[in-house]
Parts: sequence; C-alpha cells; structure tokens
Amino acid sequence: MPMKIAKATFATLTVLFLVAPLIAILPLAFTSSVILTYPIPSWSLRWFEELFFADAWRRAIVNSLIIGTGTTLLATVLGTAASLGLRNRLILFRGTMRTLFLLPMVVPAVVLGVGMQVLLAGFGLTNSYLGVIIAHTVVAVPFVVVSVTGALAGIDERVELAAQSLGAAPATVFRRITLPLAMPGVLSGAVLAFATSLDEVVLTLFVAGPNQRTLARQMFSSIRENISPAIAAAAFLFIVATVLIGLVVVLSRSMLAKRR
Amino acid sequence: MAEFIRFDRISKFYGPLCVVENLDLSIGKGEFVSLLGPSGSGKTTLLMMLAGFEQPTSGNILLDGTAINAVPTHKRDMGVVFQNYALFPHMSVGDNIAFPLQMRGIGKAEVGERVKRALGMVQLSALVDRRPSQLSGGQQQRVALARALVFEPRVVLMDEPLGALDKNLREQMQLDIRDLHRRLGLTIVFVTHDQSEALTMSDRVAVFNKGKIEQIGTPRQVYDEPATRFVAEFIGETNLVEGVVEAVQGQEATVRLPSGAQIVSAVSGTVASGQPVFLSIRPERVDLSETRGEARNVLETEVTDSVYQGDHLRVQLQNATHPLIAKLGRRSREYPPGTKVFAAFSAGDCRVIAP
Repeated sequence: MPMKIAKATFATLTVLFLVAPLIAILPLAFTSSVILTYPIPSWSLRWFEELFFADAWRRAIVNSLIIGTGTTLLATVLGTAASLGLRNRLILFRGTMRTLFLLPMVVPAVVLGVGMQVLLAGFGLTNSYLGVIIAHTVVAVPFVVVSVTGALAGIDERVELAAQSLGAAPATVFRRITLPLAMPGVLSGAVLAFATSLDEVVLTLFVAGPNQRTLARQMFSSIRENISPAIAAAAFLFIVATVLIGLVVVLSRSMLAKRR
Repeated sequence: MAEFIRFDRISKFYGPLCVVENLDLSIGKGEFVSLLGPSGSGKTTLLMMLAGFEQPTSGNILLDGTAINAVPTHKRDMGVVFQNYALFPHMSVGDNIAFPLQMRGIGKAEVGERVKRALGMVQLSALVDRRPSQLSGGQQQRVALARALVFEPRVVLMDEPLGALDKNLREQMQLDIRDLHRRLGLTIVFVTHDQSEALTMSDRVAVFNKGKIEQIGTPRQVYDEPATRFVAEFIGETNLVEGVVEAVQGQEATVRLPSGAQIVSAVSGTVASGQPVFLSIRPERVDLSETRGEARNVLETEVTDSVYQGDHLRVQLQNATHPLIAKLGRRSREYPPGTKVFAAFSAGDCRVIAP
C-alpha cells in the first residue's frame, strides 16, 4: 500500500512539473494589469483585444498562418513521397536513407539555422516567406515521415496486389487504395507539421526578416522589450491550438485503428 | 483439352537461391489444376509469376499462345484470391466487388446488376453494405471469391485461399469452389499445401518439391501411382520398404525384401534387375489375416500396437526387418499386440519407386 501511495505521489509531482509553466502563464492571459506578474488585480480580455488589433501581433498571427500553411503543404507532400519511396525494398541503403530523413529531429536547431541562413542567402531567399517555409519544412518533414511510414506499414501489401490483379493501373492503386488507407497517417503528419511550424523560433530567428515575424518570434522579442500580458494571451492561443491539433491526431489514430 | 496456359522452361532465382527450376507445365482451358507442395517448394512463386507480381528470371509464360511476361498485372485479366482475402478495408462489400468492374469502365447500372448477381452466387446478398472487418473469415473469403469472379477473368488464381478457415468451413468451401468451377467452366490454378484439398478439388494435381514438379496427374494417379518417393510420402500415408529388383515382367516387377520375402508389385517409371528400390504400400490396402491365404504378396508380421481411430483401426506391425502400418475398416476385428498375422496385398496395391 505505501508503495502505491508513493507511486501516485511521484506521478502527480511529475505531471505537475510538466504542466507548471502552463499553469503559471494561463491565468495571466486574463489579467487587467499591464505587466506580466501576479497577483492579478482583476479579470479582463484586453490582452486578447491587443493581440487581434495591435498591428505587430495581428501581423504575427497572419504570418504564422501563412508560413504554417505553406510548411504543412510542402512538408506533407515531401514527407509522404519520401515514405512511399522508403517502402521500396529495392532501394539501396534503405535504413540509412530513413535515418537521413529523421536527422533534422536530432540536429541542433542552431546548427540547422546557421546552415540554412548561409544556404538561403546563396539563393537570395533570406527575409522571404518562401525561405522561412523551406526552413520550417526541413524540421517538419521528419514528423510527416514517421507518421506516414507508420500508416503505410499497416497496409497489407497484398491488398495493393489484389487491386492490381483486378485491373487497377499503379496510379489508380495509389489513388483508390494506398492513399485512402494511409490518409489518417498523412493527416496526423500534416497536423504535426503545422504544429512544428507554429512554435519554431530558432530557425525563424536565423532566416526570417522583420516582415516574416511569426507569432512565436513575436512572443520571443516582446518578452525582452516589454513584458506585456499579451504574451500570455498568445500563449493561451497556442495551447488552445495545440490541444485542438492533439485532438485531431488522436481522432485520426483511432480512425486508423478502427479500419483494421 | 486445349492448352491455355503454358510455363515454358521457367526459372526463378532470388539472388543465388533457386526457387523455381527450369519448369514446364501446361494447363488446359476450363481445367482445375492444383499446385501442391510443402512451403518453399516454389508453388506460390509460380502463381505469383502467372499473376504478374513476380518476373521469371528466365523462360516464358504463355496465355492462349501469347507470351505474357511483359504484360503488367493489371492487364492480365486474372482474378486472384489470397489466403488472407486481401479485401479493401475502406470499402463496403459491394464496393469491393464493384472495383474490378469500375476498372473496366463498365456503366453504373450494369455494375450494380453484376455485383448483385455475384453476391447472390456466394450467398451474401444481405451483407452488401458491410465493411470487411464486420464479416467472419468465411464470409470474407466468399467476398474475395466474388470479387475475383465478377469480371469473368480468363484465369482464376487462388493462393491457399482456405488456409485460414476452420475445418468444417474449409470443406464446405472446397465443395463450393469445385461447384463454381464446374458451373462457370473456369480455368483455376489453385495453390495449396493440403493434399486432401488438392485431391478433393482438382482435375489434375502438380506435386512440387524444391522448385520442380515431381509428378503431375489426376488425383487418382498421384495417389495410386506415385512416381517418386517424395510424392508417395507427401500425398497420404504410405509404407516405404527397401528392396532389390529381381526381375521385371512388363508393368510388374519382383522385388526381394531384406527379410527374403518376394513381392510382386506394379512399377512407376523404369527399373532394372538388381536395382535397389523402394516399395510404397498404402496402409489402407493391406489386409490382415491369421492364415496365409491366396494373395500374391504376403508378409509374416506381428502386431506391436493397435489404435482405434473412429473411422478406422490403425495397426502397427513388425516384420522381421521393417515395420508396417495397416489401416483397417471399422468393422475389422481387434488385433491385440503380440498377435501373429499375415499382411497381404495385391501387386496393384503397391508400387516400385526408383530411389
């Protein structure tokens, strides 16, 4: 019995440790004070107003959406194509190739950022939306690859062979069989790509110009300039978005499970 | 029967590993041929090459006189039924069956009509809107069958389609498939490792071993006249007894066993005097009696064990030099261990096989 209590206490403490920063920041989103500190004098939505109507914040939100959407599309297409290619048993060094695709997950973002800036400068793409989208795509692709590869691994190859034997050309097999069956994985990969882009700061610092300030980047700079509770409001938006995204992922996973 | 499919000196290598070796086989139109063999004998690989999923390393596959090596799977017009059914999990039963018809650009009304007919044929009309995951194994297999037949393919290929079903259902499906074969005049190539399945269903059975066909013939031929030791042992149960040929007279040979007994037996293939051979004697062809009797071949034996198995009595015998198994009808008397008996069989009920 004491063991059980110890376990429960430990688990509670761990969870608290993990969510403490969230608990600390969330109530401040609704403060009426002009500084980001406790105690909260009274409740207000003024910082959400600031977020949506102050020029800098509004532009940051719009930028985040533009860059997030671009990254999602690019990363999903590339990641899905990569996963499909990695299925082919005839590919040489298949394991190495797969690791290569997952590398951006473990390479320090700072290193990637420096490299990315040098590279994009060479193409004249620094300080452009396309440059930021490309940079974000590099770190988002691994999430798509992991997610789509998982979904593809769950497809019985003989189902595709059966479709072929029933008269479906390879492109038709992909459109009617492979893609629909992998769709939950593609969707959750896309959602993860969007989430990655949304909270990416380091690469953005390196490659984005003042016109491509994303919401995360804006939070980063405003916490140094003026510690306004608008940051807390932005954080609140982030959390809501993340929870929604998480729900989509969970739903698509359970959809996948139900198919089987 | 007109030749329809022909494998012409087909070989298949995976790297240095030879799975099918220089194989010739021809299958007639409307014929039901089983490819029977243990796993790894090359039978499934041969089927996969016929379907176009695999390419032969050398040799030609001809369909109706035309080489089809270069024809991609989706243009071969063959219905394939897999062991695990391979239904499309994201489509309803009706959509699964409609799929090959849609691929052929058939109009909606006709597709609906033919799907209905196909479902009726496999007695699943009520389940048209179900997902495959909501069906039992037997129902799924019937959907797979309907899907492979609905577009009236030139050939139907089946890769151990009944392997995952339980015994009763499997036997029912065997009869159903055989019935469909007869009614629709289908050409069927059926892969199985289950010898009784092959014997039940086929017009001809090709027995595979190590990438080669050991023997091809009607079920009766491969069972009663096994050409090789492998065939004799793989199909049914048999007693294999070593001996030496003493004389050959036409289709019969006299073989001397180590015990000194002389056996007259039918011959598969050619054997010469003085050649060491095996005798294959089917257990159910052996009669036991306590008197020597009139039979041509009689062995003196002693009962070592006797097991009642419901439909037959299985008696283990020991001759001076080798054991022998006899399966007797259930009306037979009991033979307690230690009983001295004479085991008798006719020349036609045993077979000389060159080793």
